[in-house]
Amino acid sequence: MKPRIGVFVCHCGLNIAATVEVSEVVKAIKDYPGVVHAQDYIYMCSDPGQELVRKAIREKNLTGLVMSNCSPSLHERTFRNLAASEGLNPYLVEVANIREYCSWPHQGDKETATKKALTIIKATIERVKRNQALVPLIVPLQKRVLVLGGGVAGMQTALDIAEGGYPVTILEKEAYLGGRVRQLDRTFISLESAPDLVNEMIDRTLKQPNIEVLTTAQIENLSGYVGNFEVRIRQQIPWVDPDKCNGCEACITACPAEVPSAFDRGLVTRKAIDWTPGERSGDKSIFLDHQVCRRVTHQENCTACQEACKEGAIAYPEDRFIEQTYGAIVVATGHDLYRKSALTEYAEDPDVLDALQFERMLAEDGPTGGKVMRPSDGKVPKEVVFVQCAGSRDPDKHFPYCSKVCCMYTCKEARRYKEKVPDGQAYLFYIDIRSTGKGYEEFVKESVEKERLLYLKGKVSKIARQGDKLLVLGGDTITGVQVEIEADLVVLAMATVPNPGAKELARLLNINTDPYGFIQEAHPKLAPVETLTAGIYLAGTSQAPKDIPHTIYQAGGAASKILSLFSRKELVHEPLVARVDTEICAGCGYCRDNCAFQAVDVDPIRKKAVVNEALCEGCGACATACPSGAIQVKNLDSKQVFDMISIVTQDYSLQP
Amino acid sequence: MKIPYYPGCTLKTKAKDLEDSAIAAAKVLDIEMEELPRWNCCGTVYSLASDDLIHQVGSIRNLVRVKEQGANQVVTLCSMCYNTLKRANEFFLADEEKQDRINRYMDEEIDYTGDVAVVHLLEILRDEVGMEKIKAAVKKPLTGLKVSPYYGCMLLRPASIGIDNTERPTVMEDLLRALGAEVIDDPYKTECCGAYQTVNRKDVVVTCVHSILTSAQRNGAEVIALSCPLCDFNLDNRQKDILQTYKGFHPIPVLYFTQLMAIAFGLDESVCRFELSYNDPRPLLKSKGLIE
Repeated sequence: MKPRIGVFVCHCGLNIAATVEVSEVVKAIKDYPGVVHAQDYIYMCSDPGQELVRKAIREKNLTGLVMSNCSPSLHERTFRNLAASEGLNPYLVEVANIREYCSWPHQGDKETATKKALTIIKATIERVKRNQALVPLIVPLQKRVLVLGGGVAGMQTALDIAEGGYPVTILEKEAYLGGRVRQLDRTFISLESAPDLVNEMIDRTLKQPNIEVLTTAQIENLSGYVGNFEVRIRQQIPWVDPDKCNGCEACITACPAEVPSAFDRGLVTRKAIDWTPGERSGDKSIFLDHQVCRRVTHQENCTACQEACKEGAIAYPEDRFIEQTYGAIVVATGHDLYRKSALTEYAEDPDVLDALQFERMLAEDGPTGGKVMRPSDGKVPKEVVFVQCAGSRDPDKHFPYCSKVCCMYTCKEARRYKEKVPDGQAYLFYIDIRSTGKGYEEFVKESVEKERLLYLKGKVSKIARQGDKLLVLGGDTITGVQVEIEADLVVLAMATVPNPGAKELARLLNINTDPYGFIQEAHPKLAPVETLTAGIYLAGTSQAPKDIPHTIYQAGGAASKILSLFSRKELVHEPLVARVDTEICAGCGYCRDNCAFQAVDVDPIRKKAVVNEALCEGCGACATACPSGAIQVKNLDSKQVFDMISIVTQDYSLQP
Repeated sequence: MKIPYYPGCTLKTKAKDLEDSAIAAAKVLDIEMEELPRWNCCGTVYSLASDDLIHQVGSIRNLVRVKEQGANQVVTLCSMCYNTLKRANEFFLADEEKQDRINRYMDEEIDYTGDVAVVHLLEILRDEVGMEKIKAAVKKPLTGLKVSPYYGCMLLRPASIGIDNTERPTVMEDLLRALGAEVIDDPYKTECCGAYQTVNRKDVVVTCVHSILTSAQRNGAEVIALSCPLCDFNLDNRQKDILQTYKGFHPIPVLYFTQLMAIAFGLDESVCRFELSYNDPRPLLKSKGLIE
């Protein structure tokens, strides 16, 4: 069938018409081979404009449209929908962008612009001539969500989705839920108990019938795509049977492996088999940490705890693997603090703590029962120096970014210290006070005025042991003097960094991280809860440092994105994907190696490339890599590209 | 091993004690420090304070002298010389256009290509000789002598040319321990001594040095060990000015690490040139039985 193409040239008010001689374009294109209709109008996207297009499709029986107007990101969808409603396959409509690519950059040069507009339109006509009618792909949607991380971000996302009626699995690598917040003493600015807050959330999570919680579990492998992620999970089965255990502690006494407690940030030690850290009082249970058990770390056949147990509650079963299909995944893997030893100007000393260690010391369920004391000798510290921006805002040596929450939690920690040691003095070194949240500034102001916290604007250059005290050297830039403080205890507000393993996880999930290892959002403003991989979402501090309210906002955002995804019956995918000509394909795999979406693979038996259309984004990287032209993107194949290039390069042809 | 040695101006005048003790102590460890012929001023503050090419010429010319000896390494003793020469090299390597201009300007010399490594004696002791060999060479261990090493800034800053960790250096500690001394860790060991402020703002230097010395003393130091003649002048000679401002101050002797090496290696006391010290260290060393 001979092509019957309609060309519609838009004035876009004066946006195009002031620079491109529209009437001349229409005159010149009218008789171009394949064109049966050409027309201009002041606003083609307006209702009367669209009516003109409809009329032409009907009356001239058009087989293709070249819409010569603004960028396809604005109105491609408009005109494709229009075509569909008139019975013309929408993939036979292409946009010739003569605004962003022509009239805007060539303002004041009518001759060039008009000529160029004509070239763009002719090239697009050649493309449309070879366009095929396509049908969108239908992809099934598994309405089940996997949440990685059982902190407040993960739990909140899971709760929101579960309450919407969909099943959710929470994977937590530790033995307990609650994440970092579980380690805290109080929250700013309300000074309410962090364990109470998080325990209430844990209760709701555990009672929610749609939520399945897998602790000591991690993702092992992932394949598939949005709607159909195939996930392999590895879970360590607890080696202690909670039904048989009577809590006699005989196993704890017998265990030879004693390590610094990760939950208490090394302030105390714990045995490999010990009470579960962070459990709510009342249901404390004994838990064997595989990561520190000599059976795992030393490959020894140690059975000390099993022998000590009179109830026969301890056995050593192998890990179990679970395979499940999920429609969407949420990354809520949280953060850690930068290691203190990185700041070499500060002494490695038992009385120099990081902020989380100090939180554990303040917390009533902590190793000191909430009593503030110097780890070196147990004395109550009377002079405490808090150092903000320890590693943050230091582009030369550490991290350029602001860790966002340190100003507030340092203020809170200092206030809690003053509550517990009323005759103590708290010094806070800061660069700026960033208290940008509802009620935050008031909290800091009140702390300075009522609690008499002594804020010093400057950095600490050195912390060194000086006999019984810690010598803190710093500057106060407001008075311009150098400050020397003989402190009993120093608390470093270490920079927030991603959890170790975040990079590896990102690689496994095929999502990006920023230069510091935080998970990269799809767009900082418009898509802050999505990753660039469709179906994988973000919540909490795995994306960037943030406080609890912002974590909850983001968790709600991620949950609502998923609920909106699940509101569809199935997923529809653009049919503009790569296609393999198996007659030509030699199975070399260049396409597979160049695909950023892992959408192409080589069938090992047939030795032919196979495209997973649900994953393909139609970027064309495979097509350019293919040495034989066997893999092509639909409606942008090499013939179409060459046809367009011939038009564009007509004036430069070597032939006379 | 033989290595070209760049002395610098103070080593021939006020810091003769550093030069003599260093050359003698190095010889014990089979290091022959051979003075560079026709050396000139290292550049000092001029090459560090300005981006002008002309201020780098002096420094670079010294490195050309090293090349003329057919060597690709030069050892320094003065921390300031170490810093200036090494940074001149860095400056030179960073910009090809500047390399070209400097070489054109110095038309009588062979072209310099930036391939001379500037090292401090402490680096050679640590990396090439090794603390074990030094320990073996000790005849009179400095047992019971409480020494506080002082680095100042020029050996460590900027981090790109420092001989050790900028904030927590250990090279001098390791050396002094190998010599048998009791090492005192002074938190002020990398703080500024006041440097050239000593010329017109004595009060600044007095404040800086007073903090450094009293901190070392609080931690139990009997003597300070250092490597820089300017630090030495400030820490040692300025003690008379400290006494005028801080009445309760007790003077403390200041020595070059090389002098302590010479004593520990059992060399003749004359190589240490103790008479050049402002605070005579001899009574202390005698009381410890280290010298006659």
